[in-house]
Amino acid sequence: MARLLLSRLFQVLLVMMAVTAVAFIIFRYVGDPVNIMSREDASVAEKAELRAALGLDAPVIVQFGRFVGRVAQGDLGNSFRNQRPVAGLIAERLPATLELVLVATLLALLVGIPLGVFCALRPHGWLSRSIQAVSLVGISTPTFVTGIVLILIFSVWLKWLPSFGRGDVVRLGWWTTGFLTTSGLRSLVLPSITLALFQVTLIMRLVRAEMLDVLSSDYIRYARARGLPSGYIHRKLALKNALMPVITVTGLQIGALIAFAIVTETVFQWPGMGLLFIQAVSFVDLPVMAAYLLFVGVMFVTINMLVDVVYAIVDPRLRTAGQ
Amino acid sequence: MTVAPALEIKGLRVEYPREDGSVLVAVDDVSLSIAPGEIHAVVGESGAGKTTVANALIGLIEKPGRVTGGTMRIGGALLDPVTGRGDGVQLGRDIGVIFQDPMTSLNPLFTIESQLTETMRFHLGLGRMEARARALELLNAVGIPEPERRLTSFPHQLSGGQRQRVVIAAALSCNPKLLVADEPTTALDVSIQAQILDLIRNLARERGLGVMLVTHNMGVVAETAQSVTVMLRGRAVEQGPVAEVLGSPQHVYTRGLLAAVPRFDCRLARFAVVSDAGDGKAGAARRTIAARKPAALSDRSGPLLSVEGLTVDYRSRGWLPGSRGHGMRAVDDVSFSIARGEVLGLVGESGCGKTTVASVIAGLVKPTAGRVLYDGQPIAGKGASRLTRASSRQALQMIFQDPYASLNPRMRVGTILAEPVLFYRLAANKAEALDDAGLLLEAVGLERAQAERFPFAFSGGQRQRISIARALGARPRLLICDEPTSSLDVSVQAQLLNLIKDLSEATGLTLLLISHDLAVVRQMCDRVAVMQKGRIVEMNDSESLFSAPSHAYTHELLSLVPRIDRIAANT
Repeated sequence: MARLLLSRLFQVLLVMMAVTAVAFIIFRYVGDPVNIMSREDASVAEKAELRAALGLDAPVIVQFGRFVGRVAQGDLGNSFRNQRPVAGLIAERLPATLELVLVATLLALLVGIPLGVFCALRPHGWLSRSIQAVSLVGISTPTFVTGIVLILIFSVWLKWLPSFGRGDVVRLGWWTTGFLTTSGLRSLVLPSITLALFQVTLIMRLVRAEMLDVLSSDYIRYARARGLPSGYIHRKLALKNALMPVITVTGLQIGALIAFAIVTETVFQWPGMGLLFIQAVSFVDLPVMAAYLLFVGVMFVTINMLVDVVYAIVDPRLRTAGQ
Repeated sequence: MTVAPALEIKGLRVEYPREDGSVLVAVDDVSLSIAPGEIHAVVGESGAGKTTVANALIGLIEKPGRVTGGTMRIGGALLDPVTGRGDGVQLGRDIGVIFQDPMTSLNPLFTIESQLTETMRFHLGLGRMEARARALELLNAVGIPEPERRLTSFPHQLSGGQRQRVVIAAALSCNPKLLVADEPTTALDVSIQAQILDLIRNLARERGLGVMLVTHNMGVVAETAQSVTVMLRGRAVEQGPVAEVLGSPQHVYTRGLLAAVPRFDCRLARFAVVSDAGDGKAGAARRTIAARKPAALSDRSGPLLSVEGLTVDYRSRGWLPGSRGHGMRAVDDVSFSIARGEVLGLVGESGCGKTTVASVIAGLVKPTAGRVLYDGQPIAGKGASRLTRASSRQALQMIFQDPYASLNPRMRVGTILAEPVLFYRLAANKAEALDDAGLLLEAVGLERAQAERFPFAFSGGQRQRISIARALGARPRLLICDEPTSSLDVSVQAQLLNLIKDLSEATGLTLLLISHDLAVVRQMCDRVAVMQKGRIVEMNDSESLFSAPSHAYTHELLSLVPRIDRIAANT
């Protein structure tokens, strides 16, 4: 297990170096920051001074070294747009996105897994066929359409739920949470459903396919041949086997959700990372864009590592192979 | 008062409705009775319906199939053919089941303890500790060493033989009246097979257990069972005590089946088959193929292929990319040579390294040390170059074990066969190559028109014929056959081995035959090498090796093979 973790950590470092390099290249090649930052009528001498102040006159490799050093210390520079440290901006926006993604993931698992199992156990029933057909709609409708339709129905027509923002939040140290207030929870409903819809479909279809596969396997036939009750076979034995790939996919999808959240956050004006990024793009706010890139890289890499660890805990074959 | 039979089946009929409304009768009017303590074998080839009888007993007939007639009684109690349950009869408690493949019948995610005790907890209402105590007792009874430790193991930590013992322990856990064993040793090596059969025999005797043993292996029947039912196309064609049925078979099919079993005691020129495919058309095609010039060969004398000090290590990857973990020596200093036109057999149990040797010769695995020379040129290991490898590639062709996995399912058979012909530029254009493919099909006893079809339209035996045709298409000198018939029925095996024999004689092929079936090796090979744990322990000409083995391991292997001529002593 320790060896598995070490080998993973090594790979994580490699990947993060590559991502940092890409972030650095963004700084260097997407426009000249000196031109962006200085006044339009600045003289050549003023520009050179600024360049030296920013450390942009050093050789590329030195600049990269400094960049890596700064990033490692958590210094992601200042936002061009509102002249505040990017790290602080991200810390402010992070809870909103993570809470949204967490709720969406739980929703996807809690709805997707039972539906998938149901469809696998009754592959020819009319109900599971209709669920399958409806799920096709879920997988092919773009997120922004779902979001807008939900807003139209539940906020505009029925006036049940708020259509934008996070509602009231409670501060817990640097973290802000919407879980503790009614308005915060009500605000979570529509965006999390919007974000989860695609995942529900994906997980349902995955569980269904895996479950069908497992149910026809020898060890399940053997469990039947031993006269074990079918409820026990399905819920305790087969489900565990069928959920193995769900771990991988859920892990990857959490990463993707954070990225997909851009669209949902824009539709619902959700004050999270995605909205921050979209605003940064429209203002060519390079430090924020680079930081977002680094952040998504860190998230993906960490989640993947966690998935590997969880997998090793659940699957005994991997546990001993690592020893 | 007489004791009720452990199992009594009367007039069993199982039907599968087809799409077009007609009905496939998988089992037709089969009756059999098994006394407590008796082992009754059900034999037949694939598709004979023997597994369907077993599945009917345990209520596992796949939909839309169903039992449409007859009765089944377990210890006198009638079974409901739909649920597989009956008055006081509970599947798993009164009927124990063993499946064919121990590698897949245990769930990989649960411990041995959990899988052993769940049956007892449901059927006998035992508590966790009671069930555990009984599980320990059972593991002892089936001969698993260190049962305490094994309880906490997962299936992948056990060998195939140990897993099958666990499966048997689970089947016995609730003291069943009947044990249904569907090909319980087919996936195991001869030595493990002998142990498992021994275990089943003892359990039947000591516990008064009726055993229904489904198998295709006549040797297993002869050595294990007291009575036998021979099945053909869903019907029981012959039934009776093993000594009678195998000793003086009445039905023509039983006689054919027995004759097709490779003989162990002497070598015959050909395998006996019910109908021989070597008719005029195939003969003509073979003569055409034989007249062609095969892959170029130097005028050098000496062996066609020689393997010198071959060693192969498999290493796991280390935790840093590029580093190396612990190694495992699959092949250890193996040397042998094959003369031109010779048939060399390589035998040994699974994991002994025989397939690795073949893979190195075929260029699929790189050796750690040692080298392989083809026609005096190094083709693997030290001194081998891209050039020498390329020149040998056409001359060395391979036939794989699994005929279902070795043909591309999306290519027509004609295209599959034309591919090597085109690749080695043995035909001027595609049309000629396809014509060649037709000829090859005829040579292996298939029809030219079948080139238009896809592999799924063929049976396992036919697919293996196609594999042979594909190998011949390259006009090879040496054919490497890795367990070419181990997944086939005896009668199909006999036809196929005859075909390989005829073709190699007609075209002057040299053969390397890898097999775990000693009888097959005896019938086919001029010389035999026996491998154990990566080393060759004995190599001799076939007759001497089989009549007077010098190494203890060879001796043991030979003594363990179930043979028809050794009918169970306990009848």
